[in-house]
Amino acid sequence: MSSIPAVVAVNTFREAVRDRVLYNLIFFALLMMGAAILVGQISVGIERIVIVNLGLSSISIFGIIMAIFIGVGLVYKEIEKRTLYSLLAKPIKRWEFIVGKFGGLLLTLAVNTTFMLLGLFVALLYVSRHLERGDWGIVEAAYFILLQLALITALALFFSCFSSPMLSTLFTLGIYVAGLFSKDIREIGALTKSPVVEWACKAIYYALPNFHNFNVIALAGHGQPIPASLLWQNTLYAALYVLILLLASAAVFSGRNLK
Amino acid sequence: MSAPAIEIQSLTKDYAVGFWREKTRRSLDSLSLEVHEGEAFGFLGPNGAGKTTTLKLLMGVIFPTSGTARIRGRSIEDVAMHRDIGYLPEQPYFYDYLTARELLDYFARFFGYSAADRGERVEKFLDLVGLSAAGNVQLRKFSKGMMQRIGIAQAILHDPKVVFLDEPMSGLDPVGRREVRDIILELKRQGRTVFFSTHILTDAEMLCDRVAVLVGGKLQGVGAPNEIVSLEVYGMEILFELKPGAAVPASLGDKVRHTGSRYQVEVPEAGLYAALEQLKGADAKILGVVPLRPSLEDYFFKLVGKEKYSPHSIEVNPQ
Repeated sequence: MSSIPAVVAVNTFREAVRDRVLYNLIFFALLMMGAAILVGQISVGIERIVIVNLGLSSISIFGIIMAIFIGVGLVYKEIEKRTLYSLLAKPIKRWEFIVGKFGGLLLTLAVNTTFMLLGLFVALLYVSRHLERGDWGIVEAAYFILLQLALITALALFFSCFSSPMLSTLFTLGIYVAGLFSKDIREIGALTKSPVVEWACKAIYYALPNFHNFNVIALAGHGQPIPASLLWQNTLYAALYVLILLLASAAVFSGRNLK
Repeated sequence: MSAPAIEIQSLTKDYAVGFWREKTRRSLDSLSLEVHEGEAFGFLGPNGAGKTTTLKLLMGVIFPTSGTARIRGRSIEDVAMHRDIGYLPEQPYFYDYLTARELLDYFARFFGYSAADRGERVEKFLDLVGLSAAGNVQLRKFSKGMMQRIGIAQAILHDPKVVFLDEPMSGLDPVGRREVRDIILELKRQGRTVFFSTHILTDAEMLCDRVAVLVGGKLQGVGAPNEIVSLEVYGMEILFELKPGAAVPASLGDKVRHTGSRYQVEVPEAGLYAALEQLKGADAKILGVVPLRPSLEDYFFKLVGKEKYSPHSIEVNPQ
């Protein structure tokens, strides 16, 4: 395995850190502290559910914002600022650059998610004074959020290879929202009773990334077990989808004339 | 016989233009060129001539519409060939969140050097371009000249056999330009091939074994600077000073131009001694006599369709 993508990834991570992207952790920490104190005072018996829901939802929202807004600029910014010119004159293949940029942002998101998860556990300890066996589900839910972020990053990176940040943001957001409701799209097709529309809706359902399956926040909040099958299914699904998107990104970018 | 350092065959680049991208604009038109190993080769042309397009094609930043190019016998599509080349883009810009030291270290990692070797190289090349003291400064605080220097350092960091420099003197002060000239001469002395684009013709005349002139995407001529321009003297320029109150000899009349107390006149070669006699008669102090030859600049201007340099446009340089 070439180490060049790793070199690019580390630099992408360093860029995110230097651009103070991880400062959002401070805001998250304040949010968790505030929520823990407030929830302790106003809710009886459901502190744990509220904290877990709020914490995991925040991890997801913060992550999605980062994945989209940094992801859409990953390639575009390098072309616009012409930092790529010197880089491409080095012995680096374009696909290595793409994989490195993806890896760098994923690393940033993983670090961000990990610290937020730690913050969530600290808040949980504060309100419930102990951790339960069922709390392992929170870690699994955070892992699913990270898988979802990997998918969003790959989508944003793909659009970043040929489109402006504004359009890439719209495309990525659009696909994310459609992916959340992809099951509804299939059901609409079934309701129409038209074979053509049904087939088209089914095709869209399969083509769109299914983000709904990654959301187990409610299960984790109630301390209910997350099916083991979902763990490997989601992992495999995200890995395959990311691989396809990275291949498509590399193919588009490898044939692209830079400015 | 070894392969040429750079071999370009009928390289053409068209860009799609217009709202529907239905039209094409030719930026480079069937460029064929060979650059020998160890040569300092100047690539001259006005803005929009296709110089940067050529360099981008050779670097794989853009792809040719047709034609091929090889560097040290290997196709430009072969990324492994990039181990042998260094490139300074025009108006370079680098990751501004990195320090100069971090940038060079980052680029050195692509060549697989050990940490110790990287450290050594980074210091050596920072020193070479005069940026040792600014090694820990983030590039966002760098001036244009400093950016140019770090750009040169990253281009030669891995001891490439062929170095491509796109307008390397751009944005540099006279001291910086002198330093870059010295670096190019040193690279040449080390036997490396240096291919650089410039519109500063004196630099090309001073540094290049051969030059190519590109206008409107088409190659106009290739050769040693003294091959592509005639060495025939077409006039003599006399620089002189007059004592306060003294008048310019009437026969030289309106041909004389002056800056401050210094005067300049261009006369035909055959009329030099007569002009000097007249100036002697006017008690003028002769500062210098310079033979006028068509320069690379004249050749260049002729090609781009502008008027040949006239003596009236030559600035008097008291030095």
